Amino acid sequence: MPEKIKAEELAKKQRQVSVSEFFVRNRHLLGFDNPVRALLMTVKELVDNSLDACDEMRVLPEIVIELKQLSESRYIVTVEDNGPGIVKVQIPNVFGKLLYGSKFAKLSQTRGKQGLGVSVSVLYSQLTTGKAIKVISKISSKKPAHYYELKINTQKNEPEILKEKEMDWKKDHGTKVEIELEAKYQKGRQSVDEYVKQTAIVNPHVNITYITPTKEKIFYKRVVEELPREPREIKPHPYGIELGTLMQMLISTTANTLTGFLQNDFSRIGSTTAKEMYNLASLNGKSNPRKLDATSAEKLFNAMQKVKVIAPPTDCLSPIGETLLIKGLKNEIKADFYAATSRSPTVYRGFPYIIEAAVAYGGELGKEETTRLLRLANRVPLLYQQGACAITEATTDTNWKPYGLQQSGSNMPIGPAIILLHIASVWVPFTNEAKDAVAHYPEIIKEIKLALQDVGRQLGSYIRKTVKVKEQQERVGLFEKYIPELSSSLYNLTGVNKGKIEASLQKILKKSLKNLLENGEKAK
Amino acid sequence: MVKKQNKIKEELKGFGIDIVKQAEKGKNPTITLPVRALSNIIYDRKTRTLVLGKKMAERSFFNVAHAKKFLQTVEVASIIKRELLESGKHSSLRDVFYMAKRTIPGTTVNLVDDQTDSDKAIEDLEVVTTFSREQLHVNANKNGSIAGKVVIEDSGDTIDWSKLGSGGWSIPSNVENIKFKKVNAKYIIYMEKAAVWERLHEDKFWNKNNCIIISSQGQTTRGIRRLLQRLYEEHKLPIYVLVDNDPWGFYIYSVIKYGSIALAHAAERLTIPGVKFIGISCDDITKYDLKKHFIRFTDQDKARLKQIAEYDWFKDNKEWQRQFEMMKKNDAKVEIQSLSSRGISFISEKYLPEKIKNKEFLD
Repeated sequence: MPEKIKAEELAKKQRQVSVSEFFVRNRHLLGFDNPVRALLMTVKELVDNSLDACDEMRVLPEIVIELKQLSESRYIVTVEDNGPGIVKVQIPNVFGKLLYGSKFAKLSQTRGKQGLGVSVSVLYSQLTTGKAIKVISKISSKKPAHYYELKINTQKNEPEILKEKEMDWKKDHGTKVEIELEAKYQKGRQSVDEYVKQTAIVNPHVNITYITPTKEKIFYKRVVEELPREPREIKPHPYGIELGTLMQMLISTTANTLTGFLQNDFSRIGSTTAKEMYNLASLNGKSNPRKLDATSAEKLFNAMQKVKVIAPPTDCLSPIGETLLIKGLKNEIKADFYAATSRSPTVYRGFPYIIEAAVAYGGELGKEETTRLLRLANRVPLLYQQGACAITEATTDTNWKPYGLQQSGSNMPIGPAIILLHIASVWVPFTNEAKDAVAHYPEIIKEIKLALQDVGRQLGSYIRKTVKVKEQQERVGLFEKYIPELSSSLYNLTGVNKGKIEASLQKILKKSLKNLLENGEKAK
Repeated sequence: MVKKQNKIKEELKGFGIDIVKQAEKGKNPTITLPVRALSNIIYDRKTRTLVLGKKMAERSFFNVAHAKKFLQTVEVASIIKRELLESGKHSSLRDVFYMAKRTIPGTTVNLVDDQTDSDKAIEDLEVVTTFSREQLHVNANKNGSIAGKVVIEDSGDTIDWSKLGSGGWSIPSNVENIKFKKVNAKYIIYMEKAAVWERLHEDKFWNKNNCIIISSQGQTTRGIRRLLQRLYEEHKLPIYVLVDNDPWGFYIYSVIKYGSIALAHAAERLTIPGVKFIGISCDDITKYDLKKHFIRFTDQDKARLKQIAEYDWFKDNKEWQRQFEMMKKNDAKVEIQSLSSRGISFISEKYLPEKIKNKEFLD
């Protein structure tokens, strides 16, 4: 069999691609393609993990972020939290091993997901500086803190411990991570400053202390003392999986029968639905799921997509809510008007999600500037790839003119406003691993538009009202200014006492005020 | 004189008192004026003049759209009464604009933004008081020249129109108080071009033909129209109008004969239904071989010709409709000066004498 020989030859050439090689080739996919972005990504991964950990422990987060500049292109990022801490044996794995994490393939609304983030930062640090990262973590006041200096063995994808010790730490529990890296600090729309600010807006229950490279200390104080509702983990919905995932699930299931597998490992499948599925796939419900071959798995997959299944539960999501969205915005952006909307949960491809939108208008916001769009996914700011994001598309596709903003064609609206859009989901469909932009699912875009139209309508009625009041005041003001002029002209013409004329005119103005304003409107 | 002055002052004061009374009664002060737009212009076939129709417009002070105009009208009335009539001085339209111009305290609004505002207010007051602008002591710029065997008296001075050198007498805005002491002329030629007037004056056309020559530069001013009317009425002199062969020239003739839209309220004092059109007619173009001097019509020219042809007072005039048809066919215009191609004094020695002798006029 010539084919077999060929395959064996090929196998000799095949080798495992080391993680570092993979990283160097694909750093742009992970968001580490330039030093400015690398700094942001590192802060982001650390803070996202800290916030997720605090939420999981149900503790109000206290986060300290510090950027220290060592040389022109060398920085140290330190992030400290009051989370649950990491048990001693897990510390090296969490930071020193790629694709290691508790949240991988778990369906719940958390910030991180693949367990890729922090270790990628560690790898980047190692590749650009050769330095180890430093971690202190403590899980209880009764236990000591553990200190580690770690690197990643890029050949084996295993942590390499350079130093470990027990130590005292003033905290009861928490984690502190210090990463040295090649980076560049910049201000602006895609900066760490902006990331921290937006994070504070959409996480109004968080205290953040942020120390910039110029030693400026910025404190973002929490505006609410309650933790957000805990997101619940849900099982995958049959419409939301891919064939590969199904095959993985078949291998690792604890169920002994196919029908058991379907009912236990998926949401919204009961015995009737399960029966319908394996019958349609011509499979035996009592067969062992771990022994299903690839052809049968594909049959099963197709059957699962064809059978009607009710939508997944949506109470697993934790939206920010209209009140807190407005509170968060108010705390950071001085405007005259705020509005927010939190839509009912919906489902795309078996994944539940919620769209929330908010808008701030007037105040210190620039009048003739392009309206800013703050994009957020599971409470994490998205600062890059605005043009490639479904949120942007939905925003520019919305007609803002009826809502009182200027807009030319399908561009971002212009006016003194900030638009905030948050998507919360157990599985946000990002366009890349750096999680910069939301993918263009038509059902998601439609839902975003509905949310934008909702806040738009609130904004429009506010603008109309204030503009109307202003115009009315101007109109009355005009007459008040004209009356003395007319009176003095009439005095010159007739010799009648000026004060007397003015008094009668003022009287008419007061009497006919209402009438005047209405006439003015008709005239328009 | 003094009596009339007082009457004008009283009329203006009465206008103000009426407004004050309305205000005292708690009414929104309102001025009622006839509408001065084409929609309210009537061609009176009997008198052959354009007059204002009966459509009235109300202008109220407490109305966002009217307030400023209302204020302008009253302010200009007070300026005219106090600054001009009471001091016995005259001023130009431009002066009135500057006297009224100021920023209303506490606003960024100017009482008058440009001269059209104050000019319009003056026209309103003419309508309200039935006195002319000149009687309100507001004069326009001097415009136009005159020459002929006429002696007049103006402001105590005696002036002989035949003895004023190359410039002639320039016609003031107010010709109301001029007295004609001696008029020795058989007719008047009025022309739109100063250059043509200078030609005729140098050739002593008025002396040789015993007539009066008058020119303006472009549109005929009120002063000239009133002077023409007085000579026509008081001395029964026929008037012939000499203009370019184009829609704008035709319109100059139309204004002198029938009146204009803007001044329909003053029709009585200004229109002269008896004037006749001497040239350049479309027939002249063929007769005097002027085709080679054609100037192509612009779109504007075409549109204007169409408008004029549709005016009530031209609509049923067969002779004029024939002219309009010919001009439309020519699709071009001819200037008076093109006659000079046949010799510099062709106009004074041949063209005009011939036309007058043969009575080649359009009516």
